[in-house]
Amino acid sequence: MNKNYETVFIINPVLSEKQVEDTVKKYQKVLVSNKIKTICDESLGFKELAYPISNKNSGFFHLFQYETEKIDFVKNLETELKRDRSILRYITVSLCKDALEYNARRAKGEFNKKKK
Amino acid sequence: MRRQFNSALQNESIDRSSKKKKFCRFKKSGIKYIDYKDPSFLKQFINDQGKILPRRITGTSSKYQKKVAQAVKRARHLALLPYTTDSN
Repeated sequence: MNKNYETVFIINPVLSEKQVEDTVKKYQKVLVSNKIKTICDESLGFKELAYPISNKNSGFFHLFQYETEKIDFVKNLETELKRDRSILRYITVSLCKDALEYNARRAKGEFNKKKK
Repeated sequence: MRRQFNSALQNESIDRSSKKKKFCRFKKSGIKYIDYKDPSFLKQFINDQGKILPRRITGTSSKYQKKVAQAVKRARHLALLPYTTDSN
């Protein structure tokens, strides 16, 4: 049975915009080359960090949501993120039913409207 | 005479209208999933020091308190929320 996962990672703010795009593309390729169904691929933007991570006070956040039955793929992706120097922090979460519903609504932009 | 004496000893009745009963906001508004990527929402559940507020203050039900705690901890890992804030 396929499980849904969500990975968020923080990219080093020192990099130029092109380099940031390249790192994102690198991981998009990893997803594509493993034939993994990507549901969401979204940049969460440039954010201030609540505390410094390796002397950086801000970073670019990026979100991937994907569906796979291979837990090995998730492990491989995490090790790659760990080895990458331009990634400050990452988190992978498996999603439950309610989370999927929430993410689908978020993708439509229902929650952004409320804030405005 | 005796009745009057008794009534003087009795306590005044408490005004219970000012005491509002707490409720779980997630149950009331039907929120099922708490997003760890939304720090502005999660800030309602932490104090100035960055500690998670107890159930007795927020009124959250135990089912959702667990989810709030999990979401806050994930947000802390991603540096969206602080682990601690210096009061100095």
